[in-house]
Order: sequence, then C-alpha cells, then structure tokens
Amino acid sequence: MELSRLFPATPPPGPFRGGFWRSPLRGRWLTSTFALVLLVGVTVVALTGFLSYAAYNPRLGSNDLTSTKGLLGFYLFDWPTRPAWLYQLNQGLHVIGGLVLTPVLLAKLWSVIPKLFSWPPFRSPAQALERLSLLALVGGAVFLFVTGIMNIAYWYAFPFSFYPGHLYGAWVFTAGFVVHVAIKLPTMRRALRTRRLVDELRMPIDQTRPEERMDEEDELAPVAPREATLSRRGLLGLVAGSSALVFVLTAGQTLGGPFRSMALLAPRGRSYGDGGPNDFQVNKPAAAVGVTAENTGASYRLELVVGPDGSVAQSLSREDLLGLRQYTYELPIACVEGWSTTQTWTGVRLRDLAMLAGVPGAAEMTAESLQGEGDFATTTFSADQVDAEKSLLALRVNDADLSLDHGFPARIIVPAAPGVHCTKWVSRMTFVT
Amino acid sequence: MARFRALYGSTPLHLIALVASLALTAYAALRIAETSGAAQIALWLVGAALAHDLVLFPLYTLLGLLAGGNRPRRATNHVRVPAMLSGLLFLMFVPLICSLAPDTYEAAAGLQPTPYLQRWLAITAALFLASGLLYALRARRSTS
Repeated sequence: MELSRLFPATPPPGPFRGGFWRSPLRGRWLTSTFALVLLVGVTVVALTGFLSYAAYNPRLGSNDLTSTKGLLGFYLFDWPTRPAWLYQLNQGLHVIGGLVLTPVLLAKLWSVIPKLFSWPPFRSPAQALERLSLLALVGGAVFLFVTGIMNIAYWYAFPFSFYPGHLYGAWVFTAGFVVHVAIKLPTMRRALRTRRLVDELRMPIDQTRPEERMDEEDELAPVAPREATLSRRGLLGLVAGSSALVFVLTAGQTLGGPFRSMALLAPRGRSYGDGGPNDFQVNKPAAAVGVTAENTGASYRLELVVGPDGSVAQSLSREDLLGLRQYTYELPIACVEGWSTTQTWTGVRLRDLAMLAGVPGAAEMTAESLQGEGDFATTTFSADQVDAEKSLLALRVNDADLSLDHGFPARIIVPAAPGVHCTKWVSRMTFVT
Repeated sequence: MARFRALYGSTPLHLIALVASLALTAYAALRIAETSGAAQIALWLVGAALAHDLVLFPLYTLLGLLAGGNRPRRATNHVRVPAMLSGLLFLMFVPLICSLAPDTYEAAAGLQPTPYLQRWLAITAALFLASGLLYALRARRSTS
C-alpha cells in the first residue's frame, strides 16, 4: 500500500528537505558505531535496572514500591546475600554505566536527527508502525536517562514517584529497544562493513570525506555535505573522551577508597570532614527523619516480636545487645543511586536474634525503624537474609559506636541488599515462621 | 507473500514483532494509567522523545554557529571541544552545579551541595587550559 500519496510530494521547507542536513560526518557507519556501543551498554544498564527491582525482594511485606505493576514487576528469586558486593556491582554498572553512556546516547540522537524530519513521514503501514515504536524507544530512553540523572541528584522536579515512573518507563523503552535492534541489526552489520574503524582513526580532517549513501532509503548520509570541520576520528574521540571524563568524575562514589575524592561531580563523592570512624556517606541523616538523641537514648529498646500475632518475646536495651555475641565483618553498603561505601561493622547476627525471639530459621523478618514515616521505615527480609552468616544488627562501625546519622543505637547490615534496606534506628523486629 | 509485502511494506515477521512491541508499550501505558502521576509520566515520555531533536539540538547548533563552528580552522576545535565537554558536564550535573534542590540534597546526604559550582568551573578552566596548551604546542610544531 503506497501511503506516500497521503502527503504532498514536495516536502515542507527547512529540515524536511534533504539538503538541510549538511554535516559530512553523518551516515550509517557512524550511527552504527554508536549503535554498537549502545547495544552492549544499554543492555547492561537495562538488565541491571530490572535486577535492582528484584533486589528489593518485592514479594515480601511492603517492599514493593510499584503497587500497580501488574505483570511488569516480575518475581524470579529471593535476592542472594553472596557475594556481598553484588548490589554494589549491580548499581555501579546501572548508574555509572548510564552516566557514561549519556554522551553516546546524545551522539546517536545527533547522528539520526534527519530521520525525525523524513518526508513523506511514512510510505507504508510497516514504516508507520516502526516510527510509532521509535517513539517508545527514544521517548523511553531519554525519559530513563533524565529521570535517573535527576533522581541521583535529589532533584525531584518530575511530578510523579520515581520508582513506578522509572520501572514502567523501562518497559516502554524495552518494548521499543528490542524491536528496533531486531529490525536494524542487519543494516547495522552491513553499515559497519563499509568502513574500518582503524582506517577512520588514522584519517585527519583534510582527508575526511562524507559517507556514501548505502541505498535509496538512506537518509543519514548528506545529499549536499559541507566541508568537514571535525574529522570522524575527532568526533569519535570527543564522544569517547566525554564518556571517559564522566567516568573519572563519578565512578569514585561507587569504587570508594582513594577514588572517592576523584568523583568531583558525583553527588556522593564527598566526606564529612572529620575523617573519623563515622566519616562515610550518610543516607538520610537523623535530623531529616525526626530521629533524636532522646528517642535513641536510655529509653531505647529493641522489641523482638513473634509474628504474625505480635507477642513481644524480648525487649532489649543497647547494653543487652552489646552483651550478646558480637561479630565483625567488612561489608559494602550500596545505594540504589549507585554510590557505595565499604566499612567494618560489628554487631549481633540476625540469626541469633531470631533464635532469641524463639523463631529459629524464620521465614521472614520485618524490621521497623524509629523514623516512622517514609518508604523504607519498614522492610521485610527473606529467610536467607535473616540466616546469612554476615547479616548483622550492627551496633558499632570501625571500632566506634555508630553515630546517630548512621543508625545509632542499632542498624541492619545485610550483605548484597539495597542500602535502603539496611534499616537504621531499628526499634522492632518481627519474625514469622 | 508478495501481496502481503505490497500491502504492508515489509515481511509478516516485521508486523508480528511490531505488534508485540506496541502491545507491551500499551500494557505499560495501562500500568502507568493506574499510578497517581499518570498524565505527567505520559507527558514526560512524549516530551523526552522530542527533547533532544527540538530543544537541545537547536540550542547547541546555535551556540556552535555563534562560536564560528562551521569554518574549518584548527583553532575552532580547540575552543569547541572543551566547550562541548564543559557543556555536557553542565547538562548532566546541573541539579548539583546550580543547586536546584538544596533541601532534598541535604535531607539525603546531610551536606549542602555548595562545592559543585566551583568544581565545575575549575574543571571547565582546566579543559580550556589543556586545549589551549595543546593548540600552542601544535602551532609551534607546525611552524618549526
């Protein structure tokens, strides 16, 4: 069905005309080069994103923040507790990966811009459907990058909740991405064979020639190219250099140690200045969630409750907790926002507390915080997370008492769990058989 | 088969893949419709599809033209490249650099986002300095 008759034969003036786009660098080879990087990189960022959803153990308690998910919030397995750096790696790949890919995404969008203005807008039903799916691809991709970048900077200017927005947006993107890859993969492979990367990297600006149009439908190579002001290697170098720069300026907040101070533009590359045992990144200081020295002081008790009927089995002061057998482990705590920090935690094993409550081998444990309000004031842990050797109710860090901001009198540290699940100021733990 | 292609414009497989993709998009849209900020999420998704092409692209093209970017001179790139790197960093870290959300940042990190503007300015200065030095070095090599 020839649908081009629906539109005037002469394109509107401006960007709809072939001669408008004059950069000699645009062409299928260049676009395919960016596409190949994105194909690998975006796949990693998407998979780690979906895995991060699973890391919250969404089937338990009120852990799932996306109540309207339907089939989009799948449950595959209980999130493991080993290796302890699993969530650090996952979120490092997701967040730093996303940041590093941002220049590549922008370069790809620049390289395909003539296609937004192609004329006629579609020639066949096939092309119309394909362009509709591109709306999901490009809209989804930019939506995810923008909301992700805003979220890690705590700029909640988007008028919706981040978790459902980012998760459902990810599915819209995935729908467009998979079909786009399936349709374009042959074109990409053909285009990549038209030039060799090593040759391009040797080509100076005065020898930079426009790409040839590969076929009738090639809208990327320019009809009327102007003289090159940047070589193809210059553009590739600019994009690669941008990614490298973003990596250097952010990755330290995930890698930690000496690299943290290099993360000059990362939201969490900073220190609190005193260099002491509690000088590491805080998520939500006590003052921000209404936790005070009073309600964590002498009156503080940790209630161990046997669920679901709710009878209190034990009521323990911090001294009582310090009197129990203590264990010390070096464990990372990793935030969904991609930053992490590895510290040496000392405290009571969660499995010992389950035993003390009279519920050895608990199927679930729900921890409540003194912070009261907020999405993560209550978190439910799986049987494996309660039972893991290194799962602690930490009382001390780096040989010092926890600071109030880090959860004094007691906080949970579960290896490989999202940081927001490492509940601070724990006041009640309910064990269910 | 030829008839199908003539009608549709591609293979049946193409149609199946696209219908499956659009069905998933439609399902996600239904899930979005159930959330509190449904209309806003939809608006942001559509806006995002056009944000680069209709906002960002004209903006950086204009800036490039103002900087004389279309004349093939070596000096142009020594200005253009550090400017683009600096601009990219600004775009990506603007909430911190311009301190757009100091209260939520402090409520999360327990610090004020004060150092980011200075850091970005210092990085920008370093980029231009490095580019300038490289230019001087190249200019000297080509004259000697």
